[in-house]
Amino acid sequence: MKLPVPDATPLLEAKGATMRFGGVVAVNEVDFTLREMELRCLIGPNGAGKSTFFKMLTGQLKPSAGQIRLRGENVTGAEPHHIARRGVGIKTQVPNVFNGLSVYENVFVAAGRRKSRASAKRITEQTLERVRLTGITGRMVGQLAHGQRQWVEIATVLAQEPDLILLDEPAAGMTHDEVLRTAELIREINRAQALIVVEHDMQFIRMIATTVTVFNQGRILVEDHVDRVMANQAVRDVYLGKQAA
Amino acid sequence: MALTGLLLFNTLTGIATLVLICLGLGIIYGMMKIINLAHGEFVMLGAYVTVFAANAGVNLWVAMLILAPVAVGLIGLVVERCFIRFLYGRIIDTMLASWGLSLAIIGIVTSLFGNTVRGISAPLGSFPIGHYRTSLYGVFIIAVAVLAVVGLYALLRMTRFGLVVRATMGNPRMAAALGVAPPRIYMATFALGAGFAGLAGGVLAPVSGVSPVMGAAFIARAFITVLGGGPAIITGTSIASALFGSIDEFATFLTTPVFGQVALLLAAIIMIRFLPQGITGRVFRRSL
Amino acid sequence: MSSVPSGWRGCLLVILAGFVLLFGLPQVVSLYGVVQMTVFVAMAVFALSQGFIWGFGGIMSFGQSAFFGLGGYVYAVSVINMGDSTIPVLLAIAVPAAFAALLGYFMFFGRISDAYVGVITLTVTIILFNVVNSTSGDFYTIGQAALGGFNGMPNVPPLNVPGYPDAAFGPIDTWYFAMGALILVYILLRGILASRFGRVVVAIRENETRVQLLGYDARVYKLLVFTIGGGVAGLGGCIFTNWGAFISPTIFGLASAAQVLIFVLVGGLGTLVGPVLGAFGIEYLISIIGTQQTLNANLVLGAVLVAFVLLVPQGLVPVVWSGIGRLLPRRFAGTGEQTAEAQS
Repeated sequence: MKLPVPDATPLLEAKGATMRFGGVVAVNEVDFTLREMELRCLIGPNGAGKSTFFKMLTGQLKPSAGQIRLRGENVTGAEPHHIARRGVGIKTQVPNVFNGLSVYENVFVAAGRRKSRASAKRITEQTLERVRLTGITGRMVGQLAHGQRQWVEIATVLAQEPDLILLDEPAAGMTHDEVLRTAELIREINRAQALIVVEHDMQFIRMIATTVTVFNQGRILVEDHVDRVMANQAVRDVYLGKQAA
Repeated sequence: MALTGLLLFNTLTGIATLVLICLGLGIIYGMMKIINLAHGEFVMLGAYVTVFAANAGVNLWVAMLILAPVAVGLIGLVVERCFIRFLYGRIIDTMLASWGLSLAIIGIVTSLFGNTVRGISAPLGSFPIGHYRTSLYGVFIIAVAVLAVVGLYALLRMTRFGLVVRATMGNPRMAAALGVAPPRIYMATFALGAGFAGLAGGVLAPVSGVSPVMGAAFIARAFITVLGGGPAIITGTSIASALFGSIDEFATFLTTPVFGQVALLLAAIIMIRFLPQGITGRVFRRSL
Repeated sequence: MSSVPSGWRGCLLVILAGFVLLFGLPQVVSLYGVVQMTVFVAMAVFALSQGFIWGFGGIMSFGQSAFFGLGGYVYAVSVINMGDSTIPVLLAIAVPAAFAALLGYFMFFGRISDAYVGVITLTVTIILFNVVNSTSGDFYTIGQAALGGFNGMPNVPPLNVPGYPDAAFGPIDTWYFAMGALILVYILLRGILASRFGRVVVAIRENETRVQLLGYDARVYKLLVFTIGGGVAGLGGCIFTNWGAFISPTIFGLASAAQVLIFVLVGGLGTLVGPVLGAFGIEYLISIIGTQQTLNANLVLGAVLVAFVLLVPQGLVPVVWSGIGRLLPRRFAGTGEQTAEAQS
């Protein structure tokens, strides 16, 4: 899948991306650019349009207006499987797994597309080891605890071997130790792959982020280095201020 | 010219018949998003009520316009209380259960009254279009269909019940906020839908053979029309009835009634490829 | 699926039981009994098609009888015209499969909901019923075959040894063909489910969105599953027509469409053995009802359908199996770990 592309072409580029539901504008003319191998955090209050933006990037929603490009290729309005094949993987906000399949099978289905059985098996085993699920490979995912289901979903996304990974609230519902492990894993993933992470937990953001994009009411409010974003008064007003209150 | 007039009149009667058959199904589908597979049997029961009441000396108009809808509405109420209410939220299971009921009702009616075709003759005689003569009863069917649509519209627009129903359609929690439990609305809606099915059965009894399996003759068209119409009960059912009724009548005119149905089915299948949510899923979204 | 044996051992056990029945039945029961069982087997093949697309593919076809009936009619029409039954049998599989593919394209690429799929397929079978019902008279003949309208087509020539139209199958030969076909279909579907294709199919049933986000085109998978189901149902219809040398439009009717759903629901959704046993059980029940006058078959079928939906929605085989699993030591039930290994 990886073509030699000049560095000038960004991995992901959204131009004027807009999503309307009836009279409500959930995402409003968002311009967003992500370089190869970049790690970006998205923050913003509930309803700011982050998850909707993710759905537009992955083809689950067709933008009402605007353009989305992956390595220069226009994928606006393409089917989800088409975008996934272009190297985009997503862990959604609500755990999106196969409850009736075992942990092993969940990851195997993700690893198996267009690969030989042997290499799919190898990727599955490596991924299970990487996210420390080896002890429970035979368990039905529907019977696992919420945190473990999150890990299974992260494992399926990794087994897909995408170039861009979208994580929607990966640390939600996890214990403190699990959160630390997630932050560590994200930094490790970022050595080879680009990520966009939506998260509410500010401590978690500080652990992983350099550049942060702040969404508010469907628009990008600020996009800057994490320290400057945290110090920004407008951001505090719409988001941090609300959380403190 | 006279032929055109006749064709036009037949098309109007066809559309009106379709509207009558579909309204009950459409009410239940629009409200609860379930397809009642026993709908054809509700129509059949309405026809039986009419035939038996008329043969027992009840005035035919009373039998078809009052007795049939009330009796079948009550049957619908019982069915909802005994079976359907346990399955809300499980769309496929609800459909399967209503299918089981459909078979059971056919079985019961066959056991009680035998597998024979009964009929009552259509009243009102005929009237001329040019040098053709056609049944005046068709005019009556058109009138009943128009009144049923207008009546349902008024019920949904102007009564408190209608307000709650519309609220529940949009958002079940809204109804709870209006002080009415959604289960009660579902119960009332199911009974109302059954009542309209009974009305259809009563009005169509004189123009169709009344037998335990007569429902099967109606439901294919009714399903297609309601799905084609989409979520808005009245607008959807009316527009889809007009569209599919015309296609049906036109194809029937050119070939036979059976191929009218085939044309209808083909049109519907091609339509769902492009309008999977039905006509009112794409346009007229805010209508009733 | 954890409660049902899906590993190789359970599968081999079923195949073994199938072979015992295949060769054993003609030794122990009368000719009449063998003929009776042949129609049960035709229904079991039909049930497998429904069980496969519904229980594993999550496709809610309410009109699988359309493909069953089409298989029967295609066999009848083509064998009357061709004499030799080899190609008609293949056509009885291929034509319903192609029809399923065409219908499936409009449904799955239109992305309609499960309820819509159910209603559209049901409508298709009702309309096929109406169409074939109206084909009496000389106008409706295909080659030398008269469709016969509601009277159906009598005297359909039986199967014969491939290439020898005069070497016609007797009732016992037809039994071997029918039961052999059932075993073959079972092995085929098991094989498909054990493959990576099958794993994705089950994954789509579990969570279609996730499968698409992993880069699979779920529509294509569903289309293939539906097409395979159409072919299997067509084969069932071909066996059914052979059993009575007769076919009529009733095969497309609502009762026929409901019956196969009841087989699957009673036997167990998400299993392959369940639909087969469900078909045997319900067909036996119907044959008993047929011999008496007090209870109407529609009434009984309807009551069974309502009762299972309300009270035993998972079907008998999973319920019985999990009951056994609780009684026996764990190693017999097979742990999930072993299941995953066996399938990988």
